[in-house]
Amino acid sequence: MDEIRVIEIKKSIFEDNDRDADRLREDLRKKGVFLLNLMSSPGSGKTTTLIKTINALKGQLNIAVMEADIDSDVDAKKILEATGVQSIQLHTGGMCHLDAEMTRQGLDNLDLDDVDLAILENVGNLVCPAEFDTGSSKNCMILSVPEGHDKPLKYPLMFSICDLVLVNKIDVMPYFDFDLALCEKYIHMRNPKAQVIPICAKTGEGIDKFAAWLKDQVKKWKEN
Amino acid sequence: MHELGVVFHCIKEVNEIAAENNVARVNSVTIQLGEVSTVIPELFDDCWNWAVKKETVLKDAKVHIERVDAITFCEDCKQEYPTVKYGKTCPYCSSLNTYLVQGNEFLIKEIEVVDNPPAGDGK
Repeated sequence: MDEIRVIEIKKSIFEDNDRDADRLREDLRKKGVFLLNLMSSPGSGKTTTLIKTINALKGQLNIAVMEADIDSDVDAKKILEATGVQSIQLHTGGMCHLDAEMTRQGLDNLDLDDVDLAILENVGNLVCPAEFDTGSSKNCMILSVPEGHDKPLKYPLMFSICDLVLVNKIDVMPYFDFDLALCEKYIHMRNPKAQVIPICAKTGEGIDKFAAWLKDQVKKWKEN
Repeated sequence: MHELGVVFHCIKEVNEIAAENNVARVNSVTIQLGEVSTVIPELFDDCWNWAVKKETVLKDAKVHIERVDAITFCEDCKQEYPTVKYGKTCPYCSSLNTYLVQGNEFLIKEIEVVDNPPAGDGK
């Protein structure tokens, strides 16, 4: 009869991903590449915000973009056409998020020589991407006005892991009873360190501030 | 929502542990799952049963899920309360100055294995 024994483990299921993510972060630091993980709900304006921001940073930073979606390549094409920067589409094969290994595979398909800033546009989803460290240097999310100012209360983990929260579509604020001050209060309840920048990707309002934040972060990353 | 993804991570981790310990078969895996870990036990179970079929050492491994209740601590009145019922706001003093003590666990607690027969005489 086979003898059965029990091995005690007590290990987090996310541990191997966290390890992969730390390794990737270290590799990117050596290469001098800053990786931004951009997250949000579907339709919050990630791609439009990126296009405006990349064009605002033309000639100042070399940028490459990875678009992660369950299917299609509309986003990668849109970025390439509107900005001319290196842009690839990653398919998650039905998966609701990217993990560190998938991010590394994506980066392997980019030419990272001379790239200062790589941007990962994560799958549109406020739940799952928050659980998986992608190996990014910083996490950023977009909350758009029509989604409501109560979202930090409903998706606490996402807000607690983000260094920067962009509040997008502020041009339509009067139509949605969106309370920006209350929203900031909720964000800081979850994450006192989070920075908040109100923007409107359509009109370009606030994009200069986001671009300045990125430039500053990339500079600090390279200095370390 | 991402049960299949975490099942794959879990299988990878258990496979590594099994290889390190030179086991022939994993009979079962015990998971500790917090009440507010965002993973739904029933779905995790379904994904597990589907995914292990493609495995070798783990092919017949059952998964046991132990639930961990979510408890929040209030820093103002120093009391604990059930998180799911009251959320971030302390039911005793209405403070928002609270934090989760337990309940977001997602751990592989232990695995039950059958060892490979000891290698013959020496090497």
